[in-house]
Amino acid sequence: MTLLEINALTSPFGGPFTLTVAKGECVCILGKSGSGKSVLLRLIADMDPGTGHVSLLGKRREAFAAPAWRGRVIYQAAEPAWWAPTPAAHFPPAAAKRVAELMAALGLGSDVLDADIARLSTGERQRLALVRSMVREPDVLLLDEPTASLDSASTLAMEALLLQQLRFGLGIVMVTHSREQAARMSQRHFEMRDGRLHPL
Amino acid sequence: MSTIHLHATDVALATLLVLTNALASLLLHLQLHRQVLWAATRMVVQLLLVGLVLRFVFQAASPAATLGIVALMLLAAAREVAVRPTRRLKGAGSYRIAAVVVGFSSIATVVLALMTAIRPQPWYDPRYAIPLMGIVLGSVLNSASLGLDSFFEGVSAGRPAIEAQLALGATLHQALAAPIRNAIRRGMIPIINQMSAAGVITLPGIMTGQLLAGMDPLEAVKYQILLLFLLTGAGGLAAAGAVYLAARAMSDDRQRLRLDRLSLE
Repeated sequence: MTLLEINALTSPFGGPFTLTVAKGECVCILGKSGSGKSVLLRLIADMDPGTGHVSLLGKRREAFAAPAWRGRVIYQAAEPAWWAPTPAAHFPPAAAKRVAELMAALGLGSDVLDADIARLSTGERQRLALVRSMVREPDVLLLDEPTASLDSASTLAMEALLLQQLRFGLGIVMVTHSREQAARMSQRHFEMRDGRLHPL
Repeated sequence: MSTIHLHATDVALATLLVLTNALASLLLHLQLHRQVLWAATRMVVQLLLVGLVLRFVFQAASPAATLGIVALMLLAAAREVAVRPTRRLKGAGSYRIAAVVVGFSSIATVVLALMTAIRPQPWYDPRYAIPLMGIVLGSVLNSASLGLDSFFEGVSAGRPAIEAQLALGATLHQALAAPIRNAIRRGMIPIINQMSAAGVITLPGIMTGQLLAGMDPLEAVKYQILLLFLLTGAGGLAAAGAVYLAARAMSDDRQRLRLDRLSLE
């Protein structure tokens, strides 16, 4: 069943992009830095203006209020930014139980929640960013190198969590530099070259 | 009321201080003498011109003359508000915001004062309308330009954090709450400081002027209090107005943060 449908999505920095993602499917995008991978993810999330069409479960993006769309199709930047001093302040208070589950799955201790974000390691922050995205229960996750600063054990833990969510119907578009990771996560791979997607 | 009139020799005596300043700069290699002398010369010419114009307007005593001068002052202040921040909206965006904010906040407060507290006869008596407009504009200019500068700076530096919130489904209003709050606060600080310091650390300008002109101290104080309240009202309107309009100009119908609409000068 088609979850996300992208048709001729174009901006001055890349495209046209055409791509569909089924429920429970992960699509991996490889390619050099600066080839336009983040451009595509930001366009899908409606973070930048562009032309073309995107729909979620058959419903056009324009029919959603912009914040509602971005809440269901969540874009997670390669370097996650934080707007409050502690991680805890970034989670909806009602989601405490889910936050604890996800943190445990990613090997994060609960003491991290009230730590000073600036003092956490890059890897801890990257895992917290995924928790932050997932507690909002999106239909689609747009992940920009989510494991870039993780060691191999943490990387595998994150992949396991993502694979589990795929079985529940989540759709993922994931930018990665690792062909091995792409092979572990999905069957459909693309290479971004000169602002266009090329199937691999 | 008794005023002590200044003679040309009195002014010449003060000129010596400026020249001493320039000389000291030369001796100490501060490389300030050119700037000091140029600024002093400029000041003298500007003030003499204003004096001449005001004398003419005061004698004309016509609504058209008063309004004409006020319009010129408004335009100059609006231009200054748009130009002062280090960043600017592309196209005429900053100028539009400055014109709307400066015009609305200063006219609203000055008209309020002229209709209620001061009530000169006739209402367009330039002796009241013009100085009042000048003081209010000075405050509005500060509040609006500081607010704008701080807002543009806040959204440029804070872009990743703002976009992180947007990407998780926050509304633009939520994501911009912190930079908007900080910018308005920044715009209001000068006037708050001015009120806190009034009388204790400084004697405010209007009061000083009226004391020098021979007015009773308590009467001068009343005037000053009225003025500072007017300035607070105008400054608040200007800072909040400028920042909210700038926030609107930097977003679009899909609640994106449009930093591409900002240019560095």
